[in-house]
Amino acid sequence: MKEIINLPVSKIDEEEYHINMGPQHPSTHGVLRLVVSLQGEIVKNLKPHCGYIHRGIEKMCEKDTYPQIIHLTDRIDYLSSHISNHAVCLLVEKALEIEIPERVQYIRTIMDELTRIQSHQLWWSSFGMDLGGLTCFFYGLRDREMILDIWEETTGSRFLQSYNCPGGVMQDIHPNFQKKVHAFLKTFKKKIKDYDRILSGNVIFENRSQGVGILSKEDAISYGVTGPSGRGSGWSCDVRKTEPYSMYSKVQFNEVLRYECDTYSRYMVRMQEMHESMNIIEQLIDNIPAGDHSAKMKAVIKLPAGEYFQQVESARGELGLYVVSDGNKTPYRMKFRTPSFSNLSVLDHISRDMKIADLVAIGASLDLVIPDIDR
Amino acid sequence: MKEKDFRDNETLELFKKSGGNVLMTSIDAVIDWGRSNSIWPLTFATSCCGIEMMATGASRHDFARFGIEVYRASPRQADVIVVAGTIVNKMAPVLKRLYDQMSEPRYVIAMGACAVSGGPFYYNSYHVVRGVDHVIPVDVYLPGCPPRPEALLYGIMQLQRKIKLESITRPEQTGIRG
Repeated sequence: MKEIINLPVSKIDEEEYHINMGPQHPSTHGVLRLVVSLQGEIVKNLKPHCGYIHRGIEKMCEKDTYPQIIHLTDRIDYLSSHISNHAVCLLVEKALEIEIPERVQYIRTIMDELTRIQSHQLWWSSFGMDLGGLTCFFYGLRDREMILDIWEETTGSRFLQSYNCPGGVMQDIHPNFQKKVHAFLKTFKKKIKDYDRILSGNVIFENRSQGVGILSKEDAISYGVTGPSGRGSGWSCDVRKTEPYSMYSKVQFNEVLRYECDTYSRYMVRMQEMHESMNIIEQLIDNIPAGDHSAKMKAVIKLPAGEYFQQVESARGELGLYVVSDGNKTPYRMKFRTPSFSNLSVLDHISRDMKIADLVAIGASLDLVIPDIDR
Repeated sequence: MKEKDFRDNETLELFKKSGGNVLMTSIDAVIDWGRSNSIWPLTFATSCCGIEMMATGASRHDFARFGIEVYRASPRQADVIVVAGTIVNKMAPVLKRLYDQMSEPRYVIAMGACAVSGGPFYYNSYHVVRGVDHVIPVDVYLPGCPPRPEALLYGIMQLQRKIKLESITRPEQTGIRG
């Protein structure tokens, strides 16, 4: 008994030990595995292990035609499925130099912004849940169901729609579409105030997020942290502004930037982005021009031999698509530059010398989707 | 038991009445009632189906109504593992280990096309397990990519009916494992 009491406490603190977070852990949002080196409660080092959901999608794309690839891109980043589909369509249309009807561009932009809102809603729900607020989970998913209803009516599926196709969209929008979007905007504008009341101004939440996980602008650029996580460090990296596609050059919206560089700043960027997305939808929803919902396409789509690149702003950051074509109906090589992979790489850097409990908050603020990392 | 009979409630009741003595049947009834109405799932989601599983647990669909009350983060506290999403070769040993850590009686729902058969990744993928039943035994198969929350609720109800057929005296007949 005496020996135990006399054990030097400092020795325990100096010893470094490893714990294993994941692959089955609720706060990793999937099957990410983090091997964390700890000294007491302080994170000294962190090694992410990828590949627990590596499905070989890039290799599969080499066997599939371009319309078939769209169904696989849905399943990479399932929370911004419309946006990844949009990237493939833009790439094919750019390579074939096809004129797209204006109606299609309106529909695609509205769908992209609805996707961004629902993705941020789900992120908000799980962020709250990771920090111990179960109410957030119910509030967020309740409002998300409204968007899923809109999609279900028009596209026939709840959230993996494969609605875009090269040249246009699969079918025209449902007659109720505009009415339902208006109803959603009206409701959600009230509900989003509840979001702020629950989390944004909450003292516990502020203490757990402010000053936690500092990511400087230089680091964000050198690690390639794009999307809301990069804009939370003051890096202007919105592809919708820098390389506008579809209707983004014609609508008025602000690129949300925050300069505190911490978890709270990344949180606030996403909250304000939901307002901006609603703003974009409002500008477009009443002005959808009449016309065809798809351009005339050949039955077999063959891209001319060459290299193509297309980038879009997904809900998590910059999604890049690189295709090498040898003139066949399937790509010779397809490479996805997925935002979550780059965002994960910075996790080790920004969680050093933080508490292990803060690691959960930092990981949630990067909004990782694991199939987006592993593909 | 044929699939046709499984859909029919009256056959199930007849089936229960015909076998076992009165005392044992009533113990079975109590145990099955308790087990089938408090199935706690493990928080286990690998990909897209996990989002629909979350939606099933959330406000609109609320599967706590069926006794699937809380998600447990530890396999030792869980009764059912809903395999929501693709299982790849690297994940398969982890899934087996999770299953082994669960206490008996334990159940498995294979949710979504990937867990049932490999789904869209059945062809051409070099790293996907073609059906989770290659790794662990499955009780309920739930097709769809991803299945709707209503489909998951239906799958849970089928699992509950399956549990209600179990008997502690005749484990080999009813297929109970433990």
